[in-house]
Amino acid sequence: MSLAAIFSRVAGIVITIFVIATINFVLVRAAPGDPAAVIAGQSGATDEKFLAQVRAEYGLDQPYVVQLGAYLGKVATLDLGYSYRLRRPVKDLIAERLGPTLLLTLSAFLISLLGGVVFGALAGVRHGKISDLAISLLALILYATPVFWFGLMLVLLFSIKLEWLPAFGYVDMRAGSFGPFAYALDVLKHLCLPALTLGAIYMAMYARLMRASVIEVAAEDYIKTARAKGLTEGAILRGHMLRNASLPVITFAGLQVGAMIGGAVVVETVFSWPGLGRLIFDAVTSRDYPVLLGLFLVMSILVIAVNLLTDLIHRLVDPRLAVR
Amino acid sequence: MNDSIRTFLRQPSGLLGLAILFLVCLAAALAPILYPGSPWDMVGAPLQPPGTAGSLLGTDTMGRDIASGILHGASVSLMIGIASTIAALAVGVTLGAIAGYAGGMVDRLIVRFIEIFQTIPNFVLAILLVAILTPSISTIILAIGLVSWPPLARLTRVQVQSIAAREFVQAARCQGLGSMSILLRHVIPNAISPIIVTGSMTVASAILIEAALSFMGLGDPNYMSWGYMIGAGRTVIRMAWWASLFPGLAILLTAVAINLIGEALNDALNPRISRS
Repeated sequence: MSLAAIFSRVAGIVITIFVIATINFVLVRAAPGDPAAVIAGQSGATDEKFLAQVRAEYGLDQPYVVQLGAYLGKVATLDLGYSYRLRRPVKDLIAERLGPTLLLTLSAFLISLLGGVVFGALAGVRHGKISDLAISLLALILYATPVFWFGLMLVLLFSIKLEWLPAFGYVDMRAGSFGPFAYALDVLKHLCLPALTLGAIYMAMYARLMRASVIEVAAEDYIKTARAKGLTEGAILRGHMLRNASLPVITFAGLQVGAMIGGAVVVETVFSWPGLGRLIFDAVTSRDYPVLLGLFLVMSILVIAVNLLTDLIHRLVDPRLAVR
Repeated sequence: MNDSIRTFLRQPSGLLGLAILFLVCLAAALAPILYPGSPWDMVGAPLQPPGTAGSLLGTDTMGRDIASGILHGASVSLMIGIASTIAALAVGVTLGAIAGYAGGMVDRLIVRFIEIFQTIPNFVLAILLVAILTPSISTIILAIGLVSWPPLARLTRVQVQSIAAREFVQAARCQGLGSMSILLRHVIPNAISPIIVTGSMTVASAILIEAALSFMGLGDPNYMSWGYMIGAGRTVIRMAWWASLFPGLAILLTAVAINLIGEALNDALNPRISRS
């Protein structure tokens, strides 16, 4: 990457964060009622003295431009405000919830990509046969399934009827007495259903894409050449088709991470998974707006970071991109 | 156009989609006749299994009839799905058409703007909008519309770009037509069919977003909604599976039907793309 390209990339990121912070700022002012009450996270009965204090701290009696400047300054110094409900800085609340969300999203991402590539390739190779129809039909249905409902149905089947896996939470309540290995195993057990729920919907999307990609690649000349030189179908699939066909799927999957972090919100709500999404649900229920605004900002930055990371990985995997 | 209708009707999956969607519309229309009372009213003992005491699909924690809720919820889901798609089309097609037709600096600015909106986790933005502006039908439509327009804008931009370079557009320009009338009368009508297809799929995703919002407790408190019913059934799933199973099936069927119609429309309106 040239210096100019890096510079324009960094500028793009700064502009994006600026726009997101501005959306936050505008929303608080567009909300019905007093912005001080919105920031204080209270509705109805309000303490005038407390509101005056909030007004002074956020400079709400100043012109909008000054207010916006003050808010952006706070964002730039990573000051995300204070949750008056939970009596803790928003930054701390978010920091302790980041780990579980990353664990859930990353697991779901791997499940969806792996499953999508495998099932999509299977359907593509058996184009028009029964197994293709079955996979395509399943993908169509999964794609139209509400994520949170799918999670509940998995709980119904695997936790309530079969009693194989825990229905909610991050670890068992007795986990304090577990050794490190037993603790990790317990988290893994709790992770299964949420990760599968979040991953399955995206798996359907990637499987459809992979299927189309395999069918397209199968018609290429180099596949005919491979066949002509006497390679077995298995060797052609492994050596020539899979790699080329999965590239567009991986590119697309990288772009979907943002939507996946959004999807994690409902999944964490269903499974009481103690991540950022569950924090959003609690903040919505208790109308804790500083937490909501801070979460929106942090989750957006998370998406930007992941996009940057997938782009870098992509350049390593596919050297043709680095040249361009 | 007749050809397109014939191609559409020749596809069994598209017909199946139409049939399911017709049933959903019928459910919405018949709700006030079959269940004249409010779906929020208690009709019997709470948590009754399906088939008992006159409730076809059982009752929920408050003794409300699940079947009545599903029928009454149908019109809300369809209405929000369609209205928010129209909002998304208005923003997306306008911005996309301006970017694609104007080109240059304007194009680059709009593309940047679209990219920023595609980076933002859109469900989180929808939650934020509805929560802060207080939940109601209009804020929900606004929020879903505001997070659904970027793909439509991208598509419109590419379409308009390719149509605007054609000879008949240059001919129109030589005749002295203004940019606005060229865009509205010659470019957009020729660019519209893939936008219709993507727009129809947007209705399905809007219905899914609405369900997720009301599941999170951000539905309009005046209207029964499928997502709300699943959210209410979540806490009692051990005792009453029916309270969450049936509303979910309703969402699933509606979304599948709309996607089937969208795919059949795609084959009918864009024959070259689907055959290649």
